[in-house]
Amino acid sequence: MHCRPSVSGHRFLGFGSFLPMLMLVALFGLTIPGCPSGGSNANEIVIGHFGSMSGSEATFGQSTDNGIKLAIEELNAAGGINGKKVRLITYDDKGDAREAGTAVTRLVTSDKVTAVLGEVASGLSLAGAPICQENGVPMISPSSTNPKVTKIGDMIFRVCFIDPFQGSVCAKFARSEELNASKAAILTDQASPYSVGLQEEFEKAFVELGGTITTKQTYQGGDQDFSAQLTGIRGSEPDVIFIPGYYTDVGNIALQARKLGIQTPMLGGDGWDSSKLGEVAGKALDGCFYSNHYSHEDPNPRVQDYIKKYSAKYKGTPDGLAALGYDAARILFEAMKRSKSLSGADIAAELAKTKDFDGVTGKISIDKDRNAVKPAVMLEMKNGKPAFVSTIQPDK
Amino acid sequence: MADFAQTLMTALAIGSLYALIALGYTMVYGILKFINFAHSDIVVLGAWVSYTLANKILPMLGLNPHNPETPPPLWVGALILLSAMVACGLLGFVIERLAYKPLRRAPRLNVLITAIGVSLLLQNVGQLNYVFGASPQKMPALLPNIDLLRISLPSGDGYRDVVIGLVDVMIFATSAVLMLVLEYLVFRTKLGTAMRAVSFSTDNASLMGIPVDRVVSFTFVLGSSLAAAAGFLYVMKYPGLNQPAHSIWVLLGLKAFVAAVIGGIGNVRGAVLGGFVIAFVEQFGAFYISSNYRDVYVFALLIIILLVRPTGLLGSPVREKV
Repeated sequence: MHCRPSVSGHRFLGFGSFLPMLMLVALFGLTIPGCPSGGSNANEIVIGHFGSMSGSEATFGQSTDNGIKLAIEELNAAGGINGKKVRLITYDDKGDAREAGTAVTRLVTSDKVTAVLGEVASGLSLAGAPICQENGVPMISPSSTNPKVTKIGDMIFRVCFIDPFQGSVCAKFARSEELNASKAAILTDQASPYSVGLQEEFEKAFVELGGTITTKQTYQGGDQDFSAQLTGIRGSEPDVIFIPGYYTDVGNIALQARKLGIQTPMLGGDGWDSSKLGEVAGKALDGCFYSNHYSHEDPNPRVQDYIKKYSAKYKGTPDGLAALGYDAARILFEAMKRSKSLSGADIAAELAKTKDFDGVTGKISIDKDRNAVKPAVMLEMKNGKPAFVSTIQPDK
Repeated sequence: MADFAQTLMTALAIGSLYALIALGYTMVYGILKFINFAHSDIVVLGAWVSYTLANKILPMLGLNPHNPETPPPLWVGALILLSAMVACGLLGFVIERLAYKPLRRAPRLNVLITAIGVSLLLQNVGQLNYVFGASPQKMPALLPNIDLLRISLPSGDGYRDVVIGLVDVMIFATSAVLMLVLEYLVFRTKLGTAMRAVSFSTDNASLMGIPVDRVVSFTFVLGSSLAAAAGFLYVMKYPGLNQPAHSIWVLLGLKAFVAAVIGGIGNVRGAVLGGFVIAFVEQFGAFYISSNYRDVYVFALLIIILLVRPTGLLGSPVREKV
């Protein structure tokens, strides 16, 4: 028998499936960006940066990228690394762990970068680091403070302090005369390794110093409503609220807390560090404190010189992450200059030898766990802007 | 006492948002028997359109959109709400015409996957720099930041304030008005009767001379404009506006969908009831048990309801759907 295709079936194939298909095509068009000219020629060294150039923590990636670019510009103007110019490839991970993995894989396998810089958020560094480690490409995280990041392997470094130090700095500050708090409530972003890590270290140190934790509440990054948690915190009557989160959430939390009549000072870590914090929270955060990597009010000429150069190239004052991006790139270049070849293993060996590097964020030495040992600063929010309070040195 | 009252207030405001979104899911399911996954993206769009309009209109009135101390007159908020509803209603119409209508007689699965495709398309287009961008923004204040009521109630060993903000009351009132209008539309007008007829049986309705395509289009316009209203009210309460592709929007849509299922999917009143039920479970669970499991309470309730009463709270085997 001869089978005739049904006419109505054809009609559907004609238009019905065309539009959804068009949409799919459009989707793929959006998710696969145009390929840049990868690979390096003999006269240049390509390094990669993966960061949140967009998304909720967009200022993290943008500031870091600015810092790195400034360092590269200076290096290339001064003749590059043994005559070779450095070129940067930056990929946006949108603050998403999956995107971070894709970005690093692309940098390492397709662009064949010599070294990778990134990320700010610990959760994203943890997503990218195993790929660098596997492929033998050195990676420096400018500002991920969770201890687990550098434990991934001997290719992974950082130029910032780690959470056990930051947590104890915050706890000491809470117990000091400045705040004189004996009861602390904690509000953690339970989906972020940074937040959870910092919370654990703060809690440990605060209890050791004789303080008590009244309540521990959690949220998820991006949450909009914190009333249940804040009502709970209000009821526990703390002297201070510790919020180890990122700036977008912290801003929203502060606004809602003040609306509920909570006047208790809040305390946080370097995740607060963004010019957007004041924009979101306005004056709701005045009288609150956070620990950071550097203060732009530091009179040290090394810092002021950097700020002058940064503001000449970009508008505005650099935040701590821009300073760390700059330091991370310069430490990498110093190691590359000393290294006998540009192989990953040689550069990593030289990175590990970094000692007393004179960075914008303080003197940086890399310890045997590939972490940086350096001081922290405490900042206070005044009129929506951070002001310098004190510097806290690491224990020797 | 104070804490209880405060949590109750929050739950009422959030519940009305869930209910507004759940209505869109339930109406489309009632008529077309498929879950419109792109519905939560219409909420996002409503929020972002409101933001864009507010930033255009406020400077025209000589106001600084970044200064919360100088809210515009109330009609500006109403205008933005209506414009967002119209814009999203139109978009709902276009989406239905282009993506779903050609698949009217295709297997259910095709439509479902198309809906996911539309959802991804909206998210990713919204994220483009020349559309809304991928950075969070702050919604300008359209309402004066005042408390309608601030009373001290005994709580534990002291007194604590219960705060009822103007925003919360506006959310509740606007949602209530919209839901009453919908109730009237569905149960008291000819169009509503047509919707219920199509929901009962598409083929029989069309044999009776009901223009099925027009009824379906109308349903989408209605659901999408309610979603836009929810988006607008959401950014009124939470001015920190997340980027269009943020996972938090998906969660919001998912919870509203759960609300629709808990209330009995296809049932308009059930969706409203479901919205409030999950808001109460979520808020009181977070306050009295632990905030760690805030989302768990909602989805655990869904599982329980599905086990005990698979058709939902107000759903019955022979139900009147829209």
